[in-house]
Amino acid sequence: MTTVRLLVGTHKGAFILTSDERRERWKIDGPQFVGWDVYHVKGSPVDPNRLYASQSRGWFGQVVQRSDDGGKSWEPAGNEFKYEGAINTHKWYDNSDHPYDFTRVWHLEPSLTDADTVYAGVEDAALFKSTDAGKSWQELDALRHHPTAPSWAPGAGGLCLHTIIQDPKNPDRLVIAISSAGAFRTDDGGKSFKPINKGLRSNYIPDEDAEVGHCVHHIAMHPSRPETLFMQKHWDVMRSDNAGDSWTEVSGNLPTDFGFVIDVHAHEPETIYVVPIKSDSDHFVPDGKLRVYRSKNGGNEWEALSKGLPQKDCYVNVLRDAMSVDNLEACGVYFGTTAGTVYASNNAGDSWKPIVENLPAVLSVEVQTLA
Amino acid sequence: MIRVVLPANLRTLAEVGREVELEVGGTVTQRTVLTALETAYPMLRGTIRDHVTQKRRPMLRFFACEEDLSDESPDAPLPEPVATGKEPYLIVGAIAGG
Repeated sequence: MTTVRLLVGTHKGAFILTSDERRERWKIDGPQFVGWDVYHVKGSPVDPNRLYASQSRGWFGQVVQRSDDGGKSWEPAGNEFKYEGAINTHKWYDNSDHPYDFTRVWHLEPSLTDADTVYAGVEDAALFKSTDAGKSWQELDALRHHPTAPSWAPGAGGLCLHTIIQDPKNPDRLVIAISSAGAFRTDDGGKSFKPINKGLRSNYIPDEDAEVGHCVHHIAMHPSRPETLFMQKHWDVMRSDNAGDSWTEVSGNLPTDFGFVIDVHAHEPETIYVVPIKSDSDHFVPDGKLRVYRSKNGGNEWEALSKGLPQKDCYVNVLRDAMSVDNLEACGVYFGTTAGTVYASNNAGDSWKPIVENLPAVLSVEVQTLA
Repeated sequence: MIRVVLPANLRTLAEVGREVELEVGGTVTQRTVLTALETAYPMLRGTIRDHVTQKRRPMLRFFACEEDLSDESPDAPLPEPVATGKEPYLIVGAIAGG
């Protein structure tokens, strides 16, 4: 029997939600790491019972937790994230130079091929790698030493590296994204990185098509087509068909093209999902209505998906890592809100049900489809 | 035995109660107490003081015998009641949140 397992990170702990393949009745386990921010929990594609969790708190810093039994038990792993070499500076909000300073892990990305290898995207923006199941971490410091790095400035959430995408056909290629520096790609396993922001236009920066400085919120890729990337930028939904070398806007008929999440259907690489948010000053859904928008042709033409979602007096946000899709034949789509509800669709978004409500604000949702 | 009182979030992380007891060899200072604490509970490394600089995390403070020792030298001997276990060494998180 197939089991679907959701890994939910929240502002006050982590939860694990499980169901059979019908995805109608859910068991709620948790909270784990009570009282701590859990920015992200993700399982290894190689060993699905190997989970990694990022646990942090302003008072106490960063802890990385690891489970080898699917979340039944956890063990603290290594939490020393030491920048390699000289500590350079980035721009602060007032344009002064600010030394890079580790704050937290935003995103953990387990390797596609080795359960002991995992990447961590951190604030202040840097990419770390562990090859011993999280015991120790080494910075892939070519990114932070990129010539443009002194000009990177934080977004409202900090200078965070929040997106890490592995190319399943090319193990040396990673695409990462930083708010608000933009997207970058390595084609040599992290020895060098280059900005991949051509085609992005951001009218909130002095040079609106600058090489860096764009507030990229999230990027998604279908594993069968790693050259095609979909991006939710601060404003604008974008796509690239050359691994980020150039981008075109596909916001089309969206009611607003501001948002955080973006994801791709498990079996239809041109079917994508976003949750439009009213604006960068009003971080909630427009018109008091929670609607996921789906495009079945890779963008530009979008349809609102609202069946089962609140359509009045709703003022929630859906954060950048808080949407995920399962691999079942009828693709399941899941997302969590800042009001602590996790919604599920077992029919690719046609209809939705809340599977748990009143959790702490949801920071991340990842799904595992377990045979 | 040296008694150390931990804030709530670190008790859950270390899976201990409000107070832990530690053997500390030699002169009892803030540095030797924290090193003994991190040796006994490795999961606390990096959560009280920085891994590299060993500086106290900014939203924590250290107290003993009703005195704030946060900015004292980490190598200064702790008060005799702490060194003898009569009084605990307190690691306190900032009160924040309204």
